[in-house]
Amino acid sequence: MSAETPFALLANAASLPWSDVPEWPAADLVRATARELDRGARLCAWFGVPEHGAVRLVALLAFDADNTLAVGRSTPFTGSYPSLTVTHAQAQLFERELWEQHGVTPIGHPWLKPVRRTAAGAPANGEFFRVDGPEVHEVAVGPIHAGIIEPGHFRFQCAGEEVLHLEVALGYQHRGVETALAGGPHRATLSQMETVAGDTTVAHATAYATVLEALAGVEAPLRAQWLRAIALELERLANHTGDLGALANDVAFLPTSAACGKIRGDFLNLTALICGNRFGRGLVRPGGCRYDLEAERAAQLLQRLRVALRDTEQAAAWLWDAASVRSRFENVGTVFSAQATEIGLVGMAARACGLVRDVRYDHPAGWHRFAQVPVVVWPGGDVFARAKVRSLEIQRSGEFLCEQLAAPVEGEHSVESPPPAPDTLAVALVEGWRGEVCHVALTDAAGRFLRYKIIDPSFHNWTGMTLALRGTAISDFPICNKSFNLSYCGFDL
Amino acid sequence: MTPFLEGLLRLAWWLVLAPLLPGLINKVKAWVAGRRGPPVLQLYYDLARLWQKQVVMSTLASPGFLIGPAVAWVALAGAVCLVPLGPVGAMLSFHGDALLMLYLLALARFFTAWAALETGSAFEGMGAAREVSYAILAEAAMVAAMLSLSVQTGSVSLVTMLAPSAGPGAALLAAGLFTVLLAENCRVPFDDPNTHLELTMIHEVMVLDHSGPPLAVILHGAAMKLLLFSVLLTEAVLPMGELSPPAATGVLLAGVLGVTIGVGLVESLLARFAFRRVPLLLTTGVLFCLFALLVAWKGGRA
Repeated sequence: MSAETPFALLANAASLPWSDVPEWPAADLVRATARELDRGARLCAWFGVPEHGAVRLVALLAFDADNTLAVGRSTPFTGSYPSLTVTHAQAQLFERELWEQHGVTPIGHPWLKPVRRTAAGAPANGEFFRVDGPEVHEVAVGPIHAGIIEPGHFRFQCAGEEVLHLEVALGYQHRGVETALAGGPHRATLSQMETVAGDTTVAHATAYATVLEALAGVEAPLRAQWLRAIALELERLANHTGDLGALANDVAFLPTSAACGKIRGDFLNLTALICGNRFGRGLVRPGGCRYDLEAERAAQLLQRLRVALRDTEQAAAWLWDAASVRSRFENVGTVFSAQATEIGLVGMAARACGLVRDVRYDHPAGWHRFAQVPVVVWPGGDVFARAKVRSLEIQRSGEFLCEQLAAPVEGEHSVESPPPAPDTLAVALVEGWRGEVCHVALTDAAGRFLRYKIIDPSFHNWTGMTLALRGTAISDFPICNKSFNLSYCGFDL
Repeated sequence: MTPFLEGLLRLAWWLVLAPLLPGLINKVKAWVAGRRGPPVLQLYYDLARLWQKQVVMSTLASPGFLIGPAVAWVALAGAVCLVPLGPVGAMLSFHGDALLMLYLLALARFFTAWAALETGSAFEGMGAAREVSYAILAEAAMVAAMLSLSVQTGSVSLVTMLAPSAGPGAALLAAGLFTVLLAENCRVPFDDPNTHLELTMIHEVMVLDHSGPPLAVILHGAAMKLLLFSVLLTEAVLPMGELSPPAATGVLLAGVLGVTIGVGLVESLLARFAFRRVPLLLTTGVLFCLFALLVAWKGGRA
């Protein structure tokens, strides 16, 4: 199928000379992309590259079933182009972002409004969708919330307790990451990557390191890839455990909530055992890993991991055994699998809708080419399914880690990474704990970043969260939101 | 002088002892979760702190925003004056005081809801709507419970009504009143007093905009209400009138402590209900009280 595509094919963690990327006029690119999306491809990235005052569109598609990626671009243009969103809803945020960043208008886009642009110190949210009617009332939540969480604004249209529509307005955390990356890599670039989304440090750092290695034409030593895979799964364990606890807390179920808060710390401390930082900062670097994991520490890690996994198993069992919890989770906040496909949901949220979407399986790179983690899929698409996927992924990641730690890979943990090749496009996808972390880099003639595009899984999934709320009681918003637990700063960049 | 002093002492018992209950509940929850938890006297510290703070007033709110908590507190303080304390009896007792107590509780609710609506906030409006919706069932249960006690004793004065045990319907009444206690005092599974999520709150969200002394008054009023319901539950179920005064005092204290620990355990082991299921549970509470009424009415003669 993908063999007949006019797009240029490449694998995950690979690079391609910029001139090898096929180009069409913008309207033709939209048409070609739409055709591939109709044939089952998925839109990973859709962004602009500025060129002499005009802009080129770049489309990155994933053929999950064929384990391959495809890339295409448009000729430079200004003004407008026919919107892809009209036929394919998964492009809607990408086109809004493109419009905001480069000023090209997607003609026919049904809801063209800013994504994260600021006006007078706050995001220019524009008009919100309104439902009219004598019984309808509007509830505005945020951007400042009661908990210690990131800022974001939620606008509900409600009929009594039932939510008819939810619109999310973000941008309060916009730091200009992509702008700062242009012209790089700079000295600060790696640190910036590690803070794109603080809870996804390892995934973003791994994606960045992989992109740089692909651009330089080297591969990190196997031991470093092994270490990265371990850190990535530890990150997943910590976050999934924390989220199970947070879900329990939101329905006032004390036992799991109290236990998971503590166990999350245990998992974070395991990451700290590897590299000295609980979030894995400073571990991954282009060319390998900054720290090695000697046999004694690996043994200690394995021993402490087994204890933490046992504790998690118990805490999760309390949660699943409580009928009062099940009645809160089941049939609440449902995203149907057809909706999930249409809006391009990724990661565990997609797997909880019964979709088999896991970068570690679909587009294996690094250590995942040699050691597989079984994909966890659960049908249903409700809060229960998302909690269940988390709980099962904790088991699978735990088993994977135990296996890997028992059979370490010998060798160097770091090599020197040469400077990036000029005029080259490189892509790296990493399955972070939320889902697909996508980094695309394009270098200029001097081998500096002409454009560096980051797509956090949250960028795909916020739409899914708003769909989950339709027809749900507004009092169930917190558990729906927590079941996705999307990143604000990863979205806002 | 002596009756006056005695009255003051009784009122002091209610006012001073009430904030202990939330502290005890939190201790039980902390114990179950394996934490140390806040001090038992935490609410006293909070009240002292809040009392020294300034009041922040919304520019939109009318004086009703401040009158609400004040009237609610006075109504609750009035209600506790009517409830007998085991052997020492009630501060005020007259024919029909049971009805006055019900109405004072309703008055407190009305004024809290009014103050919530004063802010014009969507959250507080939702909270007020939820509070009064669930109150329909909770009050029905209370009325049924009072009726069953009244039918049993042939009196409408709380002192007489609460003296004997509720008889064969005691277990039913205990279950019904405990359900009402949890609902009226915003405890799990009806509400979550610890949540920070405005969208899920009932009672807490109605008082979100209050600060300083009015908030202290609200918190103290809530604690008094909890104590009132615990005392009511204990006295309705146990035969207080048949015990010697020291024994009755001990039983009353033990009963209140038992109810408090029960609330703590329920909160530790049960998740909160979804709103759509709350009426179901409350209706069960109503039915418990109605069956207690039936037992009191027909039970003796059958």
